[in-house]
Amino acid sequence: MDSDYAIEADQLRRTYRGRSGWLRPRRTEVDAVRGVSFTVRRGELFGLLGPNGAGKTTTIKMLNTLLLPTSGTARVCGHDVVRQTREVRRRIGYVFGGDRGLYERLSALDNLRYFAELYGVSPRDRKRRIAELLDLVGLAGRERERVEGYSRGMRQRLHIARGLLHSPDVLFLDEPSIGVDPVAARELRRTVAELAATGTTVLLTTHYMVEADELCDRIAVIADGQIQALGSPAELRHRADGRRVVEVEAYGVPDTAVSALRGLPGVRETAVEERGALQLLTVQSDAHVDVQGEILRELAGVRLGRVSSREPTLEDAYVAIVNAA
Amino acid sequence: MLLLGTLMHVKQISRSPFEVAIAMVVPIVQATLAVYLFRSGGEQHRLIEAAVGAGLMGVWSSVLFGSGGAIQNQRWQGTLEMIMLAPRRPVLVILPITVATGLTGAYSLLATLAWGRLLYGIRLDFAHPAAFVAAAVVCVVALGMFGLLLASTFVLMRNANALTNALEYPIWLVSGMLVPITVLPAWTGPIAAVLPTTWGARALREATTGGPVWPSAGICLAISLVCLTLGGFAMTYVERRARAAATLALA
Ligand SMILES: Nc1ncnc2c1ncn2[C@@H]1O[C@H](COP(=O)(O)OP(=O)(O)OP(=O)(O)O)[C@@H](O)[C@H]1O
Ligand SMILES: [Mg+2]
Repeated sequence: MDSDYAIEADQLRRTYRGRSGWLRPRRTEVDAVRGVSFTVRRGELFGLLGPNGAGKTTTIKMLNTLLLPTSGTARVCGHDVVRQTREVRRRIGYVFGGDRGLYERLSALDNLRYFAELYGVSPRDRKRRIAELLDLVGLAGRERERVEGYSRGMRQRLHIARGLLHSPDVLFLDEPSIGVDPVAARELRRTVAELAATGTTVLLTTHYMVEADELCDRIAVIADGQIQALGSPAELRHRADGRRVVEVEAYGVPDTAVSALRGLPGVRETAVEERGALQLLTVQSDAHVDVQGEILRELAGVRLGRVSSREPTLEDAYVAIVNAA
Repeated sequence: MLLLGTLMHVKQISRSPFEVAIAMVVPIVQATLAVYLFRSGGEQHRLIEAAVGAGLMGVWSSVLFGSGGAIQNQRWQGTLEMIMLAPRRPVLVILPITVATGLTGAYSLLATLAWGRLLYGIRLDFAHPAAFVAAAVVCVVALGMFGLLLASTFVLMRNANALTNALEYPIWLVSGMLVPITVLPAWTGPIAAVLPTTWGARALREATTGGPVWPSAGICLAISLVCLTLGGFAMTYVERRARAAATLALA
């Protein structure tokens, strides 16, 4: 009874209960996910974006059976993630960012062999499959080295190979491009796009807007455990329609000046990004108001670099959505 | 599946510098202990018996710390989530790890005997050499299964590490690895009777000095199968608890 949707989440909630304090234990509760609903079609590449702590990983772990939802239901390939755990696990792959999760003292080959066995890859296909994947992630030739000697990016690639071992129908990628160099990241994006093109459903989280923009058919922006916006990258970009973005490179902007900018008429969002000695100020404003002059007046006395004005990008739309949350 | 899993975990454990260091030193200490404890007795077969007992203590330590820590270790490595994601019963996933600890422990048994031979010239003549090997295999498998039960119960307890330390010596004693059970107070009898370690130790001793090996080995295996069944149920329960409490991952 497989359904049309690869993933269906209905009012998922997750509360973490814990204890903090040692001498005087205090009960703590974190509402990490607060009522998330969405569906992903088969073969769709769906992005989950959001600031740190928004609840992306928690959502993914409820979908891939590692966490029980506090309430709400979810199905993967038509199977309930709580009651039909094994059916779900058979069909999913999970890749997370970071360098843990591998057997350090085993070689990459042994790691893959072991997980192939665990994930039920038939012995007949195993050798071929592992060789294919080592090739795919560019680790062929180094598979006999122990993982403890691997660089961060190599581990990440090994993670990806492991996630694909049993050719899953649905792939959960939680920040898969962390620590991967730009060239390899591009290859990774190509691989993911190919997988989606051949029918694999992908749920991806990332902090790289370019990646999301390039890959995803649809994106959900999640903040504070709730979906704030959902749509195709183009639709999300429309959120910032009617806006204009001014970028100013500056050195040593006082906080007071930044808050003053926020108060200017027509200004919608401001953001400051530190780039070494340089600070990059991004100011979104209504397109019909020219705020550039006002901005420069507020920043009088601050040493400035390049000043430019441009159309909003997906990232600007994302910032607007998250700030509105 | 179980075989490959066990092999991989033996590899992973045996390549840890810490474990290797322990594995080098402990058997020497144990052989020495055995020799000096029983030198006064002066009988050759008492010596070899003691060496076997001491070796078995090593197996037990390995299983206790390995299995007790098995889940904790996997959690630290971040591999616990990845192996629990396998579409398999949790028992089948964890059992290879605990059997692997039993196997690395078996090395300790062999090494103790080898050092005893090398350093102290203990003559290694077994009453039933073949039965000894069989009993040793039974022992390792049994301890692995016993370890599974421990592993699953330990996850449910907050102070698993403290309990691990507290269990090491009593089990050595109670199951008669070092001294015959007959010299222990009577109340330990029932406890000893349900521990697979007791029967394993007895089977090994009988194989060394002569006696009916098979009944003891059989009982040992039977008890450990019970452990396996209980451990199987416990693991399924523990897995669900862990998914509810979010304890599969570290943070
Ligand atoms: N095991 C846990 N116990 C208690 N609280 C947790 C646990 N895991 C996550 N949280 C909390 O739940 C919230 C959501 O965390 P989550 O990991 O889902 O965020 P995220 O969107 O994946 O963030 P990031 O972008 O940093 O990966 C955070 O406030 C976090 O502190
Ligand atoms: Mg996360």
